[in-house]
Amino acid sequence: MIRKLRQATPFQITLVTVFSALAVFMSLPIVFILNHAFKPQNELFLFPPRFLVQNPTLRNFESLMLHASNATVPFTRYLFNSLIVAGFTLGAVIIVSTMAGYALAKYQFHFKQLILGMITLSLMFAPETVGIPRYLIISGLGINNTYFGHILPALASPIAVFMLIGFISQIPNDLIEAAKIDGASHVGIFTKIVLPLSVPAIATISIFTFQGVWGDVETSTLFMQEETMRTLAFYVNSLLSGLQNSVSGQNVAAAAGLLMFIPNLIIFLLFQRRVLETMVHSGIK
Amino acid sequence: MNTQLSPNIAKVKAKSQLRLKWNQFWREIRRDSFLYLFLAPFLICFLLFIVIPVIMAATLGFTSYDGFGSLHFIGIDNYISLFTQDIIFLTKAIPNTFLFALIVGPGGYILSFLFAWLIHQLPLRIRDYYTLAFYAPSMAGGVALSVVWIATFSGDRVGYFNNFLLEMGWINSPVIWLQDPKHLLNIMIIVSLWVSFSVGFLAMLAGLQTVNRELYEAGRIDGISSRLQEVFYITVPSMKPQMLFSAVMSIVGTLKAGGISTQLTGMPITPSYSGHLIINHIDDYAFIRFELGYASAVSVMLLLISYFAMRFAYRLFGSKEEL
Repeated sequence: MIRKLRQATPFQITLVTVFSALAVFMSLPIVFILNHAFKPQNELFLFPPRFLVQNPTLRNFESLMLHASNATVPFTRYLFNSLIVAGFTLGAVIIVSTMAGYALAKYQFHFKQLILGMITLSLMFAPETVGIPRYLIISGLGINNTYFGHILPALASPIAVFMLIGFISQIPNDLIEAAKIDGASHVGIFTKIVLPLSVPAIATISIFTFQGVWGDVETSTLFMQEETMRTLAFYVNSLLSGLQNSVSGQNVAAAAGLLMFIPNLIIFLLFQRRVLETMVHSGIK
Repeated sequence: MNTQLSPNIAKVKAKSQLRLKWNQFWREIRRDSFLYLFLAPFLICFLLFIVIPVIMAATLGFTSYDGFGSLHFIGIDNYISLFTQDIIFLTKAIPNTFLFALIVGPGGYILSFLFAWLIHQLPLRIRDYYTLAFYAPSMAGGVALSVVWIATFSGDRVGYFNNFLLEMGWINSPVIWLQDPKHLLNIMIIVSLWVSFSVGFLAMLAGLQTVNRELYEAGRIDGISSRLQEVFYITVPSMKPQMLFSAVMSIVGTLKAGGISTQLTGMPITPSYSGHLIINHIDDYAFIRFELGYASAVSVMLLLISYFAMRFAYRLFGSKEEL
């Protein structure tokens, strides 16, 4: 890399500079959200508007918590629900989707074309239109007001499977054949070869699955009738919907925004290194 | 005599052949049983929560249904009125969606690839920061929409953008960005491009890691001289699955986009339908007017549009053996 830097032409240097400036510009929302949440009330409405916080305060979070303590369900219950749901969904989606992706990417069998066709078609359907049939199915199964009602619908993740099919099909067949000759079982091949080699793809699907589950309001609104089973996203959303245009609620909105954003950031930081993990060092391709 | 016997023989033959085929089919199913086991958890959830609801929703398109009363089967009346009477759909939703999709779809896709490729050229140590910077907008998602963008494009002089323009002396009075039909669609396009570095972008980053470096050396021997040629002849063909995935995601993402206008303006229906996309039309009919049958018909149309867009993407990047 140093050798490359020394050889850098003026063109490359300008390119990197412009690129960095662009990256800074792109990350402005993060900076804004972080700062906005700690602004005291008077700074939120300052003129001319300030981007950065001057006198950081935790007052906004305090009023967010106080807001919750007036309700019948404590704030921590929503948080607990969200953590449970997000954690289990993430783990289950990784396993279930990778298994399905492996079977669909590497083997020929009956119904394969049918399943593939259904997956690609389902990617396109707007989820808004299937809310009511989904509700009927969930209540038919009797899993409303349970954690299953949160987790099971998320397991049907055609996007994750679609991505894994593409990725796993790039793993050379020779490797799987070799393992078979060495006497590995189907489960063995899956856990020892397919799972480790699809880490970049798994990291990618983890990031967007977590993001989807953490921010999901639909399952809480449609499938959960008991307030104690609803998630943080639902709580924050119901808080924000009335506050968008009100002056007094802006501080709560800012704090809630940060609260919803931080876990996404943490998961992303945890997994992004895996996204960039190279397959080359393991002797693949 | 023959005429009496031969049909029977033929029938018996056909029957035994069918049976033979059936047996073979079963044998193959049993041989592949581990595959079905691998697929089972996904398939069960997939059927329950996606396939069946979608079929139910699609059948609703042929009915008149308000969500409470009983279903009335009305054939293709919904589709007929969609194309003959629904002026807002024909003059606002369709043109807006196409303009929006044509800029944001390919634009976001090309930008995603360009930046993923540029990040890949950077030293490994600093790649993470750039990835974070570019992925941040889509991570912030709805939060950014309601906190950042409303503050930026706020209609009074407190809005960041107005404030900036006023200070530079480019405008004399603040512009009401989000309520003005002239600007709303443009702002929606800008905001969508900003958040377009999402799943597809990550997939491309993951895909770039899988390109065999030896291929570049081989390419150089074969006479590839510029970086541009490397990208066209080696990088893109080697990461076809990721390119396809990303293309599909950007098509789906842009055609499904609709929440943006609602979140920016704070209203389900944008001022004089300036930011009205097909999805907004579906929401309008489903959750405001409670004409679920008609809304389903509209969403079937959306499905058809995205299906043909998808066929196009497959022709570009798909290859039969891989998918």
